[in-house]
Amino acid sequence: MWAAVLLGSLGCFLLKFAGLSVPKQVLENARMQKIAALLPIALLSALIVIQTFTTGRHLVVDARAGGLVVACVAVLLRAPFLVVVVLACAATALLRM
Amino acid sequence: MINSGTGSGGAPDSWPADRAAVWRAAIGVGVATGAYGLSFGAISIAAGLSTLQTCALSLLLFSGGSQFALVGILGGGGGAISAAATAILLGSRNAFYGLRLSSTLGVTGLRRVAAAQIVIDESTAVSTAQITPRAARLGFWGTGGAVFLLWNLGTLIGAWGAGAMSDPTVFGLDAAAPAAFVALLAPRMRTAEPWLIALVASGVALASVPFVPIGVPVLFAAVVAIVLGVRR
Repeated sequence: MWAAVLLGSLGCFLLKFAGLSVPKQVLENARMQKIAALLPIALLSALIVIQTFTTGRHLVVDARAGGLVVACVAVLLRAPFLVVVVLACAATALLRM
Repeated sequence: MINSGTGSGGAPDSWPADRAAVWRAAIGVGVATGAYGLSFGAISIAAGLSTLQTCALSLLLFSGGSQFALVGILGGGGGAISAAATAILLGSRNAFYGLRLSSTLGVTGLRRVAAAQIVIDESTAVSTAQITPRAARLGFWGTGGAVFLLWNLGTLIGAWGAGAMSDPTVFGLDAAAPAAFVALLAPRMRTAEPWLIALVASGVALASVPFVPIGVPVLFAAVVAIVLGVRR
């Protein structure tokens, strides 16, 4: 756990520091900009399905799927961040009862 | 992530009003992020990290999406390397924020180290929404400072709260991280291309789950989706 915490922290700090330090042209080319725009989308969408539909190395559909549906509806209705999270948790907990 | 455009006037005598507007944005964003910090603290404890590890992440890593991803992968049984790698990839956008901010801030030495730590979505959003360089600098330091303080406070309270529960899954806390990711993702899904990338990434991630170690599908899916996206 500590290895992940410290390694992740160091890597993220170095990226922030590099952005303030490197010459502009390194990060300003079109391909880098494109990767920067697509990376969060690819990572976040993969994280959503992995953390909803897997347990260990198995694919499952359980109460978390209900939570995800509720979260999507809440986001479509422009609910604030914390409301989205709380509603998803509540839906998941209710489905487990 | 949080929309907080302020600051209209550019004349020197409008500075007191501009300054007040920038501070309102900074504190508003800080309070909202503090509430988000509560959920991070709770989710991290639910994922099996200690209170100390949870608070260390908010102090040292200090980038919300990366922190959620890191604890999510550890909580799902993933290894330290894939958890850290996912967090770092997700944090790579901060390098681009730094690039946009560097000429405005003009920081060197220790001040650059301090500034780097608070280069995040929120401080960049408020800073780049300002018209004058002076307001942009205040927007950066004010928002970064407020978010740092309240995010860490929120994390600590959330961790204590979740630590007091016997079994966090009873409250559906394992659904909190995906919900948080949906909220983070939504503002980016305005055209067809992000939807295509998201579909490919989630499809590849699920398909690779039985075949690769825990935590790796996310990285693998991101690489495939990016290669496709760049080649198009």
